[in-house]
Amino acid sequence: MDLLTHDDIETLCLGATLLGTGGGGDPYVAKLLAQQALATYGPVRVVDPGDLPPDALVLTTAVIGAPTVTLEKIPAGTEFVGSVEALASYLGKEPAAIMSIEVGGLNTLVPIATAAEMGLPIVNADGMRRAFPQIEMTVFTLAGLPAGPLSIADEKGNQCVFKTTNNHVAEALARAAVIQLGMANAISCYPLTAGQIAEGAIVGSLTYCNEVAGLLEAVQRADEGAWERFLSESGSVEFFRGKVVDLDRRTTAGFARSTVILEDLDGSGDIMRIEVQNENLIAFRDGEAVITTPNLICMLDLETFDPITTEYIAYGHRVIVIGMPCAPEWHRPGMLELVGPEAFGYDDVDFVELPR
Amino acid sequence: MSPAGDSRDLRVGIDVGGTNTDAVVIDAAGEVLAAMKVATTPEPIDGIRSALDGVLVGLEHSRIAKAMLGTTHSANAIIQRRGLDKVAMLRLAAPSSLGISPGAAWPADIRAGVIGTTAIIEGGHEYNGKEIAALDTEAVKRLAAEAVRTGCRSIAVAGAFSPATTEHEIRAREILQAELGADFPVSVSYEIGSLGLLERENATILNAALLSVATGVISGFEGALAEHRLDVAAYLTQNDGTLMMAAEAGQYPVLTLGSGPTNSMRGACALAGVDDAIVIDVGGTSADAGILVGGFPRQSSAAIEVGGVRTNFRMPDLISMGLGGGTIVRDAGADLRIGPDSVGYDVATDAICVGGDVLTLSDVSLAAGRMTGFGDPARVATLDAEVVGGALGWVDEQISIVSERMKSTRAALPLLAVGGGAHLVPDAIPGVSEVIRPKHQSVANAYGAGIAEASGSVDRVYSYDASSREDCLDDARQLATDAAVRSGADPGQVRITTVTEVPMTYVPGGGCRVMVKAAGPLA
Repeated sequence: MDLLTHDDIETLCLGATLLGTGGGGDPYVAKLLAQQALATYGPVRVVDPGDLPPDALVLTTAVIGAPTVTLEKIPAGTEFVGSVEALASYLGKEPAAIMSIEVGGLNTLVPIATAAEMGLPIVNADGMRRAFPQIEMTVFTLAGLPAGPLSIADEKGNQCVFKTTNNHVAEALARAAVIQLGMANAISCYPLTAGQIAEGAIVGSLTYCNEVAGLLEAVQRADEGAWERFLSESGSVEFFRGKVVDLDRRTTAGFARSTVILEDLDGSGDIMRIEVQNENLIAFRDGEAVITTPNLICMLDLETFDPITTEYIAYGHRVIVIGMPCAPEWHRPGMLELVGPEAFGYDDVDFVELPR
Repeated sequence: MSPAGDSRDLRVGIDVGGTNTDAVVIDAAGEVLAAMKVATTPEPIDGIRSALDGVLVGLEHSRIAKAMLGTTHSANAIIQRRGLDKVAMLRLAAPSSLGISPGAAWPADIRAGVIGTTAIIEGGHEYNGKEIAALDTEAVKRLAAEAVRTGCRSIAVAGAFSPATTEHEIRAREILQAELGADFPVSVSYEIGSLGLLERENATILNAALLSVATGVISGFEGALAEHRLDVAAYLTQNDGTLMMAAEAGQYPVLTLGSGPTNSMRGACALAGVDDAIVIDVGGTSADAGILVGGFPRQSSAAIEVGGVRTNFRMPDLISMGLGGGTIVRDAGADLRIGPDSVGYDVATDAICVGGDVLTLSDVSLAAGRMTGFGDPARVATLDAEVVGGALGWVDEQISIVSERMKSTRAALPLLAVGGGAHLVPDAIPGVSEVIRPKHQSVANAYGAGIAEASGSVDRVYSYDASSREDCLDDARQLATDAAVRSGADPGQVRITTVTEVPMTYVPGGGCRVMVKAAGPLA
């Protein structure tokens, strides 16, 4: 995967939906955006951080706002370029490459469109290798790398740059700006050098996304042994096959919280409960937590093996629940405080490792 | 038999499918007085005329008050790329949305055939109703001129957040028709679809492309009614099983193109007198299973593609499986294989029970006494009992699995077996309270059209902090009810059929998208 073209996006989109772990925004719009940008501006080179000079500046870009708004306010493309340019201008330095902070959900593909439009390569790395709802929930935070200064831009040409003292303040200021700018904006944060990325990022996440998607495509084609190969090569574990028997959605403090109750298909009456806050966070089987954030909880449609996002789940939906291991880079001091169950208010739930 | 001449107590339901055109006459109690099935004709009016001829024999035409048509004719026009108008597309959203062109994900052949000129111009609204930009009225006029220059027959207009704020779409239509004449066809997206700009825009383009085809079908329908001296209120059935006045339906063909499966399921349930049931339609090659909840099919959560174009229509949630009357049975014992291939409609000549040489599920069904009235039992008398038992065991297992998958609770539900292969469905299924085989089920589609109701819906964003959730939901329920009454529903019998809430993540003020639908019988 040295050069990304229009034809590579479909597979990456499937991987992005899977790594969105139920949230991350529907990557369909981002797919069309990336395809159009690659067709218009030409292919994008994929580079490893080690391929760049250690002091080269790498800037990220991402959608920030409400996924529901993005369904109506389709991106222009210029807002992402604007966010990168605003931050570069503040820093007084041109970026050598673009990077995704979140390989999972729609923010996997958006930076590819921006890289095409700006004629820059994309770095094969990110800060999550899954979707999370907040800016500070990255391995960069664990490595002590600041989210700020950061920029927010809209499609009309409004731009602002924040200099921040910590990553939690960065999150709060960014959200406040977005509310004023129409809830579907671009953010550029974590301005890093290639050297910092080689050291502190999850390196290889775009290739990982592409590979797990390729394994899943084989399952969807019903290739012999493809499901077992998907599980073993991605290190995933199948936990449950069931159908949705209850669905409780509510909004609290800006997050889409919901509880999904699944009943198994074999009639034994086993229950799986999945707690969702934008992403699937904790899966309980018969009352016991069996998969916990930051490991990934993914629901796949039982017939099509398509990953299911929270917004589209419905009563009676028949699903397979798998646990996928989070990137090993997450396993550093501070992980549980930042992205473990307690970070989402589940104080009585302990993190559990996936069975091997 | 002959009530007072002034009594207008009957309705006619008509279904124009790809293969057959059916008609039924239904009385006020829902009884089928007459039913007729004829072959669908290239011009739909010919089939409609013969079907009407059949059902109206011996009836006083003056007793018929209403006629309802369900048809897949428009859907077939899209699938076959036949008779579609060239459309100019105007999107009101710039500077947002410039990153994705109209028609971006369409199959190349239909895009080339349907989409003429396109423009994304300044206009459209934010989630909170503010303008993204003032509507660029000069650009609207330029699009009008370009549409004429490129030979477009109609124009589709889609603006950001138009389901919530219709203002710019309405003004754009006024400008276009001031430029091109009040008769120039303009489809606006807020009348077509719900939130999701790209999908709603796609649906609006398809709608504009189908206007000529739809006009043909509706004038055929109205022409056939006039020829039979039927002075009736004429309706078309929509994708969700509710009605639209025929005169209005000519402007909204995409809203009626997917009514077939809905009419079939609703018709079967009404014929059986149940509101909640699993429905299995077994044909020659495959079986489709669906479920009705409160008289309406449960809808699929997946995006629906029409002719390869992604839309945000809601369609019934169906599971298909390779199980039908013509499904081929091979080998025996541990090697017994059933399907997935089928002789399809050739079962009438190729099956063993009619003198052919292919062992099918119909032969097995006849040998076991499930099927009657087709084929010669003597021809299957020598079939290996193990093969018969094994094949029917497989059938029973498949039907049990699919009915269990369809249910969303443990409670036992009735199951309706319809279609030419319904004899395969066993009389006892785990988790099913009873298996019902409705009378007149071969014209379930036309019956479903005949009993369709009027409906209204609302889809908008509320702030649960500005007023309470209950107040917001009450408002949405009232708006949907009012809309249903405006569509002709009896105010005393309107009921809310669905309420869906989708919280808007990150939006302050408890923003929530609320979708409510109401329906009721015609007044």
